[in-house]
Amino acid sequence: MQFLPTLLVGLRQSLWIIAAVIAIGLPLAFCLALMVMSKHRLISAVGLVIVEVGRGMPALVILYLVYYGLPRFGLNLTNIASVIGALAWNYSCYCSEIIRAGILSVPKGQLEAGQALGLKPRITFLRVVAPQGLLSTIPGLMGQTILAFQDTSLAYTIAVPELMKQAYSLGGESFQYLRVFVLAGLVYAAVTLPSTWITTWVERRINTAY
Amino acid sequence: MEPLLVVLQGLPLTLIVSIGSFIVGAILAVPLSLGLRTSILPLRLICRLVVDLLRGVPMIVWLFVLKFGISSPEFRLTSLEAALLGLGTISAGYLAEIYRAGLQTVPRGQYEASQALGISRPIAFFRIIAPQAVRIVSPTIATYFIGLLKNSSIASTIIVAEMVFQAQAYARQNLSISGVLPYVFAGLLYIALSVPIAMASRSLDERLRKSVI
Repeated sequence: MQFLPTLLVGLRQSLWIIAAVIAIGLPLAFCLALMVMSKHRLISAVGLVIVEVGRGMPALVILYLVYYGLPRFGLNLTNIASVIGALAWNYSCYCSEIIRAGILSVPKGQLEAGQALGLKPRITFLRVVAPQGLLSTIPGLMGQTILAFQDTSLAYTIAVPELMKQAYSLGGESFQYLRVFVLAGLVYAAVTLPSTWITTWVERRINTAY
Repeated sequence: MEPLLVVLQGLPLTLIVSIGSFIVGAILAVPLSLGLRTSILPLRLICRLVVDLLRGVPMIVWLFVLKFGISSPEFRLTSLEAALLGLGTISAGYLAEIYRAGLQTVPRGQYEASQALGISRPIAFFRIIAPQAVRIVSPTIATYFIGLLKNSSIASTIIVAEMVFQAQAYARQNLSISGVLPYVFAGLLYIALSVPIAMASRSLDERLRKSVI
């Protein structure tokens, strides 16, 4: 139990990281989804490559590429900036696919109805299609965010003082690895389990709304 | 060429960890998914908690518990054992949830029909219900396996000498720009490995669909 205060300091760092990842990742995901759906061949191809590479590589590999790779090209990032950048890319690629699926799930008739009513395509998209499509993506995005929060533990490998790193240091000092890691796991679970339950609840509510 | 060869040295362990832990998970998930559907409330709640914990605790924490936490002079897991057990149990949690969702999609009438035909419950489950569920969730399982393949990279943190571990060792020794090439190759190899899995899953899905009609 004496480990808990230090672990909570680490948790705060982890939560900061995930907050930054969401703040950067979600707008980026929306842009990537639009790029992939673009009628312009080149834009769509570029978007597809960014998304497929970002989803195809393990988050850990992306993290190492950013943290160990970029400095060799003269671009030095702090370890926290590296983990935020790497996770944001990975996260936004997964989210962009969820967003794209959500937008595509809106029936074509809605677009045609907008057209028939004389709405500009941009307005139809932003005011008619996007709100309906995005509502259904909320549970999926929440689930993805919970996974991304768990991925912040990867930052331990590049010595960011987040929850996992704190646990490792405490273990090294006290040699009570089992106790410290189990406690760290429970701290993670204390965030992820309620989040999962809320996600399930939101999913049920959105499904019944239709 | 050397950076690519370095990564390829890690390929066997990447495959062993991902395929091995998938098998462990696929087996353990069977009782767990049944537990998620049982009418015995305490058992169901326990299974639900186990599944949620397996899915809610980061992989790296779980691996460290197994590798560094459980260690006494008499009993200690090797890195590979810890990776197989750790990733295997986590997979069990995710796969149990996938199995459960699949079983749920099989209409109730199928149970009632088999009962009406006098088919015993275990046979009805394994010969009638489960095959239909498998058909529905096989693409989801393939997607999970591709994710598992990528997550096997986390085994490098408990010193399993798979692709990322090899890349890391090389990068530490070579501080030039080409020192990061193994990471690039490893990343591309993960993408290259997931393509045939996705293709196999698609053709399996098509075959299963055809066999019904």
